[in-house]
Amino acid sequence: MPLSREDVQHIARLARVGLSERDMEHFSEQLSQILDYFERLQQVDTEGVPPTAHTLSLHNVMRADEEQPPLEPEAALANAPLREGDHFRVRAILEE
Amino acid sequence: MTTTAAVRYETVIGIEVHAQLLTLSKMFCACPVPSLDSPPNSHVCPVCLGMPGVLPVINKHAVELTIMTGLAVNCDIPPEAKFDRKNYHYPDLMKGYQISQYDLPLCKDGRLEIEVDGQTKRVGITRVHLEEDTAKSMHVAAPTGESYSLIDVNRSGLPLMEIVSEPDIRSAEEARAYLQKLRQVLRYIGASRANMDEGNMRCEPNVSIRPLGSEPFGQKVELKNINSFKHAYDAIKYEVARQTQVIESGGRVAQETRGWREDLGQSVSQRSKEYANDYRYFPEPDLPTLTISREWVEEIRTRMPELADAKERRFQDQYGLSAYDAAVLAETRARADFFEASVALGGNDNPARAKSAANWINGEFARLLNADNADIEDSKVTPELLSELLDLLDAGTISGKTAKDVFEQVYRAGISPKRAVQESGLIQITSADEVSFAVEKVIQEHAKPVEDYRRGKEEAIKFLVGQVMRETKGRARPDIVIQVLKEKLNGSP
Repeated sequence: MPLSREDVQHIARLARVGLSERDMEHFSEQLSQILDYFERLQQVDTEGVPPTAHTLSLHNVMRADEEQPPLEPEAALANAPLREGDHFRVRAILEE
Repeated sequence: MTTTAAVRYETVIGIEVHAQLLTLSKMFCACPVPSLDSPPNSHVCPVCLGMPGVLPVINKHAVELTIMTGLAVNCDIPPEAKFDRKNYHYPDLMKGYQISQYDLPLCKDGRLEIEVDGQTKRVGITRVHLEEDTAKSMHVAAPTGESYSLIDVNRSGLPLMEIVSEPDIRSAEEARAYLQKLRQVLRYIGASRANMDEGNMRCEPNVSIRPLGSEPFGQKVELKNINSFKHAYDAIKYEVARQTQVIESGGRVAQETRGWREDLGQSVSQRSKEYANDYRYFPEPDLPTLTISREWVEEIRTRMPELADAKERRFQDQYGLSAYDAAVLAETRARADFFEASVALGGNDNPARAKSAANWINGEFARLLNADNADIEDSKVTPELLSELLDLLDAGTISGKTAKDVFEQVYRAGISPKRAVQESGLIQITSADEVSFAVEKVIQEHAKPVEDYRRGKEEAIKFLVGQVMRETKGRARPDIVIQVLKEKLNGSP
């Protein structure tokens, strides 16, 4: 199922990825192939099989509400590309 | 504009409320919950920082608090629940997605009863689900003209409960009543501090208007940046007027999010609302689904405290209190508990004690607390101290007027009422002999009213009683004063 140019542009925008003209062609093809795999999966007869969100039959994996020591702020900020005091610094958040 | 609008349009409001849950640790990691004044990025770990390769684990207590909230607002608790990823990019969202719940929330189809102008109304609750909070961003506009944002990740990953109402609310008054009732429920069950000014309870009303009698909804506008019940009320009032004006002038209400600006007294347009499918929800692959057994739900139900509405009814039945007194006492769990503890100390089967405890808590005590903008749970007055004061009153050791002074001393210093009475010599004079001296003095000093009374002007005795009370500094019992005065006045001149 070939994806339209608009679909690819929309997906790229949601992922905050800039695409060149060549990228466009490249990813259009790849994304279409992924959809094709799912098209094939759709052919499997699932009549009477309850839907599931997971392939593992695990349920209710939970932890008790107990604290553990957090990271030292210096460790937390160690890989920050930009920081100011104990804050991460990022480009201005502007409303679209 | 307003008069014609009121006739022709109906307001339709649904409200999303977010409340931070009262847990010790975060939703999907064991980071301790920060306080309001924690230094930035001091309560973070690789999980809530969104580092690669980490795995979330569900906080069981947060799940239970959410189910308890669902039960408190009469929701169904479906046997299956799961978490989903809500994908969007924003610097306060560390992973590029938020773990939330999409199609299988923990609770659904509930209702909350509110009261507005003496009318009871039922507001439907669509769902209650659990998700994680985002980091906090702060905008900086430097003097250099440079503009950037600072991120504090402490809040990221805190357990956040979302409560979504049906579009059943029809006015700003109803919206305020709904929010107040919801806050009361959350506080009663200990699910959240639910303080809007601290940001641990937030609300986003969706407001639209439609011609009265028309079925389809109008275009809704989402209101944000609301930090108090007053903001909610004002923002809704403003929005209804704005939409009415747009429609009346031939325009169309745009689908948008508007932020309330308290300083301007108006809302301003924010980003246009993204469509739901832009979030590309899908089941969270890192978290197995939840199976909610009926046994678990019932076990949570047994832990749920009695709620305000039930307490209000019981206080009337059990203690014979007025509807007003019962409602005021049941307003907060702390006040209700204080009342019941005070009554129990005086012997539970004592309706007079219940009435007097209610009078003190809702009267003098409330007056002092209001003046200090304080809460009963933080007061120096304890049920034991109030009970001791009521014992002194019942025994006739102090007068009602003295009791007020003593109570204020107890309130300010937390001292025992007995001690306060002894130290200040405020013990009530109950013997006629002790009163006699003051009565003799007053009769001698006020010849005119004495004459008046003896000539048959009964009213004159009131003045004389007042003078005796003054003479005894309010410690004499009025009935004894009257008795002694009458004896002396009616006897030999």
